Amino acid sequence: MELQTLWFILIAVLFSGYFVLEGFDMGVGILLPFLGKDDTRRRMMINTIGPHWDGNEVWLLTAGGASFAAFPLYYATLFSGFYLPLFLMLVALIARGVAFEFRGKIQGMKWTNIWDWCIFLGSFIPALLWGVAFSNFVRGVPIDATMHYYSNFFELLNPFALVGGLVSVGGFTLFGAIFLSLKAGAPLSDEARSMAWKVWIPTVVVLVLYLILSYSQTDILSKMGVNPGVVPIGSVLTLLLTGWLVRTKRDGWAFITMALTIVLSVATIYLHLYPRLMVSSLNPDWSVTIQNSSSSPYTLQVMTIVALIFVPIVLVYQGWTYWIFRKRITQKPEDLHY
Amino acid sequence: MDTLSLSQWQFAITTVYHFFFVPLTLGLSIVVAIMETVYVRTGNEVYKRMVKFWGKLFLINFAMGVVTGIVQEFQFGMNWSEYSRYVGDIFGAPLAVEALLAFFLESTFLGVWIFGWDKLSRRMHAVTIWLVAIGSNLSALWILIANSFMQEPQGYQIVGGRALMTDFSAVVFNPNVWVQFPHVLASGLTTAAFFILGISAYQLLRKKEQDFFHRSINLGAIIGAVGIILVILEGHSQAQHIVESQPMKMAGIEALWNTEGPSASFSLFSVLDVPNKKDILQIRIPGVLSLLAYNSLTGEVKGMNQLQAEYVQKYGPGDYTPPVFFNYWSFRIMVGVGMLMLLLLALLIYNAMRNHLEKATLLLKILPFALFLPYIANTTGWLLTEMGRQPWVVFGLLKTKDAVSPTVSAGVVLVSLIGFALVYGALMVADVYLLQKFAKLGPVDEIAGQSAAEQPLHA
Repeated sequence: MELQTLWFILIAVLFSGYFVLEGFDMGVGILLPFLGKDDTRRRMMINTIGPHWDGNEVWLLTAGGASFAAFPLYYATLFSGFYLPLFLMLVALIARGVAFEFRGKIQGMKWTNIWDWCIFLGSFIPALLWGVAFSNFVRGVPIDATMHYYSNFFELLNPFALVGGLVSVGGFTLFGAIFLSLKAGAPLSDEARSMAWKVWIPTVVVLVLYLILSYSQTDILSKMGVNPGVVPIGSVLTLLLTGWLVRTKRDGWAFITMALTIVLSVATIYLHLYPRLMVSSLNPDWSVTIQNSSSSPYTLQVMTIVALIFVPIVLVYQGWTYWIFRKRITQKPEDLHY
Repeated sequence: MDTLSLSQWQFAITTVYHFFFVPLTLGLSIVVAIMETVYVRTGNEVYKRMVKFWGKLFLINFAMGVVTGIVQEFQFGMNWSEYSRYVGDIFGAPLAVEALLAFFLESTFLGVWIFGWDKLSRRMHAVTIWLVAIGSNLSALWILIANSFMQEPQGYQIVGGRALMTDFSAVVFNPNVWVQFPHVLASGLTTAAFFILGISAYQLLRKKEQDFFHRSINLGAIIGAVGIILVILEGHSQAQHIVESQPMKMAGIEALWNTEGPSASFSLFSVLDVPNKKDILQIRIPGVLSLLAYNSLTGEVKGMNQLQAEYVQKYGPGDYTPPVFFNYWSFRIMVGVGMLMLLLLALLIYNAMRNHLEKATLLLKILPFALFLPYIANTTGWLLTEMGRQPWVVFGLLKTKDAVSPTVSAGVVLVSLIGFALVYGALMVADVYLLQKFAKLGPVDEIAGQSAAEQPLHA
């Protein structure tokens, strides 16, 4: 396989990993005001993701670093072109990260309220913006012949992208609720499960709307044909299955199928994009592709060796941390500490 | 202001701000790891309390360093897209390695360390903080490998208007890395030491937890002594290296307008007239600049006027002089503060060895204020590293003015600049508030894995 293709896959894998892992922790953050009726509940919710959120976020940093190393011209076009959304995302991630650390340091409604808002908005804004961003990647943005994109924030907020944003908000919130049903003790776990069902319904609705729109807004029909194949169909089927599993209280299975939904959705987007990374709406030939944006073969070789050594190691020790903290978070004081 | 200057301001503000937190993370992670190791080896509960107390302050600081670090990785692409295009083939690689090798390590195991007190064996728990410390310091190594390419490009060739990597080991083993990294590592230790000294001195004066803070101040003094001596020695070799690799930076730092040889004098104090490229008033010590540059009283040091002429020949017309006034004084502040720290540590160790510490009240009163000294040195050090290289962003290859994103308007950068300033300002208030609160509170005794002050309210 060509190294450029390998790195295209690797970046898709890194984003999948990011959306799965940070997906449920963003979801927990979004649900904080809705399921966290009192301080104990909020503390429980935060502690389900407490040991993990920071490690989860590194998947984004690695995806960013990998894009820079493997496809520097893509990184340059994307990050400068999506300047304002990325700025908003940074502010959100900053507020959220600090909030997790600062919130429990002082007792007092005012203090915790501020940081709870930071956690909620810091989770909601990125969840929304990721859907908006990926929708624009496939829909296309006006990239010119020199691979420059003069950003216009409001152009990015087109109806298709906004529906995409609702899909990602819905999906991550649903995933967060399922995660809580699995990780929190009763009664929070039951409340989370019924919340998952309530979120599942609108998520399916916006996803269907999004899929219909995508046939008019993107070149998916010409790229993928009438039968889009097993991956996109799989992403829809696993989401439908998730609803049934939530209804029948099979939380562990629901978690797995929802994770699959996210992985398959990201895979669908990248399958549709390949070999492009960003579509140019001005001229198909001006799209950013894995060929015209990549690093030299030498750099790709070096980075491949580094990735092949370290990605498995990271997976092992991150997996180990989930094993260490596998127990449910209950209302007992030892679970509420920080 | 245009996109270029606004982007420069934003980069300067966000980077300096980020680097307020980083050195303390680098150093304090090691110190807390040492404390926990002593606890595991001796079983002495005092050290566990030390881990908890200093660890809490470490965590407050760590969070700020992490979140402001995300901005760093993003803004190369956001504000400096032409830079990213030009050097991405080389610069992206260490950044990706940093994420994969260092960020994952520190972030993952920090979570385990915070929440794992009763889930892991003592020994394993101590291992996790060491992994955090190793991860943090490895991340410093890789970002300095990336930065060193900007200071002294190595292992590349220019193809089609882009710098392409030809030799990864030359990028990693760039000679600049190996004078810069130890300097930063040691400044981290020094920052952590003065942090501990300042707070311990404050508590000793209040006669609180004497044994606890006595042990802390002793450990801080040892770490600080090691740190400051290494900082000075490494700083010296770094300066000698810069004489060779970036002579214009050194000439700017020394306000050396014209080449001096065979023996160059050191400016102790100059009133500069930068527009006319001369000094209004100056006190110079003969031979000392040669001594600093070459460890010998003779040796020619090139001046800015000669270098300017040389660079015009080599790189074409343009002004290659860095902001002299700024660099000259940044350097003198950094070195002066470093010497002051050395003096304070010498006094402290002298008193500690004579068991006079409690009586040295003046010194104990000074130390809480000395807590800020490393911050001044860290900031001025980075400012002159980056400003001294101007007008280049990658020395000899790419100028800063050609590196900025052409697609981002000044208005948009202004929005983000104001946004970052407001958010960072608010967070600084919260951070300092928490740090001083817990520093003043002192160690808190624990009940079942949590400190009494932190017992959550039950509904």
